[in-house]
Amino acid sequence: MLKVVTTSRPNLFERVGLEILEFIKENVGILIGFAALCIALSIISPAFLTESNILNILRQVSTNANLALGMTLVIIICGIDLSVGSIVALSGTVTGGLIAFSNVPIPVAVFAGIFVGTLAGVFNGVMVAYTGIPSFIVTLAMLNIARGAAYVYTGGQPIRVMNEGFNVIGAGYLGPIPLPVIYSFIFLVITAIILNNTKLGRHIYAVGGNKEAARFTGIKIKRIEIFVYTFSGFLAAFSGVVLAARMFSGQPTVGNGFELDAIAAVVLGGTSMTGGIGKIGGTLIGVLVIGVLNNGLNLLNINSFWQLIIKGIVILAAVYVDMMKKRKEARA
Amino acid sequence: MSNVILEMKNIHKRFPGVYALKNVNFELRAGEVHGVLGENGAGKSTLMKVLGGIYNVDEGEIYIDGQNMAIHDVKDSQNAGVSIIHQELVLVPHMSVAENIFSGREPTGRFGFIKKDEMLGKAQQLLDSFNLGIDASQLVFKLNIAQQQMVEVARAISFNSKILVMDEPTSSLTEKEVKFLFKTIENLKSQGVGIVYISHRMSELFKISDRITVMRDGQYIDTKVTKETNVDELISLMVGRELTSYYHKIPHELGENALEVRNLTRTGIFRGINFSLRKGEILGFSGLVGAGRSEIMKSIFGLDQIESGEIYIHGEKVEIKSPSDAMNLGIALVPENRKDEGLIMKEQVGYNMTLRVLDEFITFISVNKIQENEIINTYVEKLGIKTANVLQLISNLSGGNQQKVVIAKWLAAKPQILILDEPTRGVDVGAKAEIYGIMNRLAQEGVSIIMISSELPEIINMSDRVVVVRNGSIAGILNREEFSQEKIMHMATGGM
Repeated sequence: MLKVVTTSRPNLFERVGLEILEFIKENVGILIGFAALCIALSIISPAFLTESNILNILRQVSTNANLALGMTLVIIICGIDLSVGSIVALSGTVTGGLIAFSNVPIPVAVFAGIFVGTLAGVFNGVMVAYTGIPSFIVTLAMLNIARGAAYVYTGGQPIRVMNEGFNVIGAGYLGPIPLPVIYSFIFLVITAIILNNTKLGRHIYAVGGNKEAARFTGIKIKRIEIFVYTFSGFLAAFSGVVLAARMFSGQPTVGNGFELDAIAAVVLGGTSMTGGIGKIGGTLIGVLVIGVLNNGLNLLNINSFWQLIIKGIVILAAVYVDMMKKRKEARA
Repeated sequence: MSNVILEMKNIHKRFPGVYALKNVNFELRAGEVHGVLGENGAGKSTLMKVLGGIYNVDEGEIYIDGQNMAIHDVKDSQNAGVSIIHQELVLVPHMSVAENIFSGREPTGRFGFIKKDEMLGKAQQLLDSFNLGIDASQLVFKLNIAQQQMVEVARAISFNSKILVMDEPTSSLTEKEVKFLFKTIENLKSQGVGIVYISHRMSELFKISDRITVMRDGQYIDTKVTKETNVDELISLMVGRELTSYYHKIPHELGENALEVRNLTRTGIFRGINFSLRKGEILGFSGLVGAGRSEIMKSIFGLDQIESGEIYIHGEKVEIKSPSDAMNLGIALVPENRKDEGLIMKEQVGYNMTLRVLDEFITFISVNKIQENEIINTYVEKLGIKTANVLQLISNLSGGNQQKVVIAKWLAAKPQILILDEPTRGVDVGAKAEIYGIMNRLAQEGVSIIMISSELPEIINMSDRVVVVRNGSIAGILNREEFSQEKIMHMATGGM
């Protein structure tokens, strides 16, 4: 019988080091793929490995990163959230409309946009928790409702918001780093803390891993479900407002299909669609793989129709390799 | 007497850690109803699964109509004329009766299209031959359970089966439906079909069977002609075993009432449940599978709502609406099925052990790893859990060690009332003894324990008192001096 020896508290550096090692071990397949992709691109295209391109990639992936963080929690509890793309549009148009049409102060408008989008998430959570309708259906309905609401509110037209103060939220920088990247980093840390360091996080894994056992353990499953969908809705709403700010406009058509990129990133990151398994680090890599792939294909001047086909194949291949690896481990 | 159609000779079947069938012999004649009787785990179902091709035998021979048959899979068994009606029905609810009966061998015409009329006609003819009054075009989910069972019977007969096995066919039937089933059985008998009838219910066996074979602990015990035997004889055959020595019941002082239950009722599940549990007592709950023992405990634990009745803890009336209410009152329930209800199989040993007590080492976002490991190590040591590492996935542990982890998970919450539902199911002998040791130690420390068990030796050796449950109500409560396997079995089966 071997015990975990922790007589002294390991210092922060040791702990972080151990965790990074563990992370590399768990995600070795996709990490090798990611590294290979980066090396290949930096050889083929001299523009790839430049500071401006890297910051560009990070800014481009920031929206998908936010959505994928929420999606990770949703998929860990065996659910799916198809409504995030529409919520991006809804919150952006609400904030944009309040500023442009109603002259509402910017902080209030930003808060209102995020609030409305988050409310859509709350609704998803309550429906899933209390009616037993599958999350696929509930969020599919919300995909339509939120998108429709954005169209109704804007009359189908983009709302131009020529306001510097608002624009800064999406287009500003902190030193050399674009603000959206900073936001995503903060959310990344928060989500990782929730999953790794809180009771809530452990309960999320329990609900996803075995709902019945979680019930026997006295975990309040409905609360967990409502939190997770609300969190996903909040991240989508926040992303929507930031995106609107950067584009000087609230557009009802924005965010179409964003949910699918988020799901792809989460799955690439090794989160199990059957629930109970998933790590934020994996999702981060998944987001970066998709981002770098998009960027690289653009740099190589491959047309966007072919890009879609290549992306699809990469997702299939990556997940297949990952599954094979896990199956091998399970047998060992 | 009519001829023998099935003979199973010297059947052996071993599973990892369990010797499920030891040299079992069984014989069935044409036109006979042959009852098979035995406690839970006696090997009845395993024997029938061997016959049905679900398990392969390790040793032994099966003769059908005098011919040695090699049965390797379900198809072999069907071809040999064997049909098995399992305890859980396996019909497709949203298909018609006819489609269910002929599924997989629908009559087809050119181009492979199904000849619906022909199928319906054949099915109806079959159903009518039993006088069932069931319409072959009806969708299955619209039929009641008894009718569905008749459809299963009809399906079995449509294979021209000579041997029909029914595993606990009456467990979900009403009295009227049972009569209907028996009429069908009589009908089949007259057609020369041999029927194996597995049941716990003595009264039914005496009504319907011609002979009864008793099994115990995976062994063939005896076969009796029904008319020449009686309940007492059968029960003594079922339980007549030596009590093994790995039980060490330690007598100890019992304190005041820790838990008292009055008139607990959930319509259709259990009714009028009254019992009390004293401090430091091990209270056994015996009864047949499906008698309602687990359901009573789930209600006490707040997993299911009770309709009426009262629960008192240390003399005070309490309301338990959810498991967290129960836990706050110091109640813990170690569920019957550790894989489905007890553990998060995708997670680590340590994670599973501490899931109940996260409050003790997590405050907001800070995890006190030292405290966490201390809790884990305490229970790994206390329960003797054998794991290479507490970061090991729980699925890599043996059944016994998994069971200890479930127990540890609940002990960590330091309950005063511990409910154990089948605590030693699927656990090897060594781990069993260790679990008994843990229970005795807890009782001495003043924890009150309820132990549901389907193993009579376990009940008799571990309990201070035994509550026997039959058909959703309490058939009797026995004190230690009144214990005997025979007495409990009498109460549990209703064979007075």
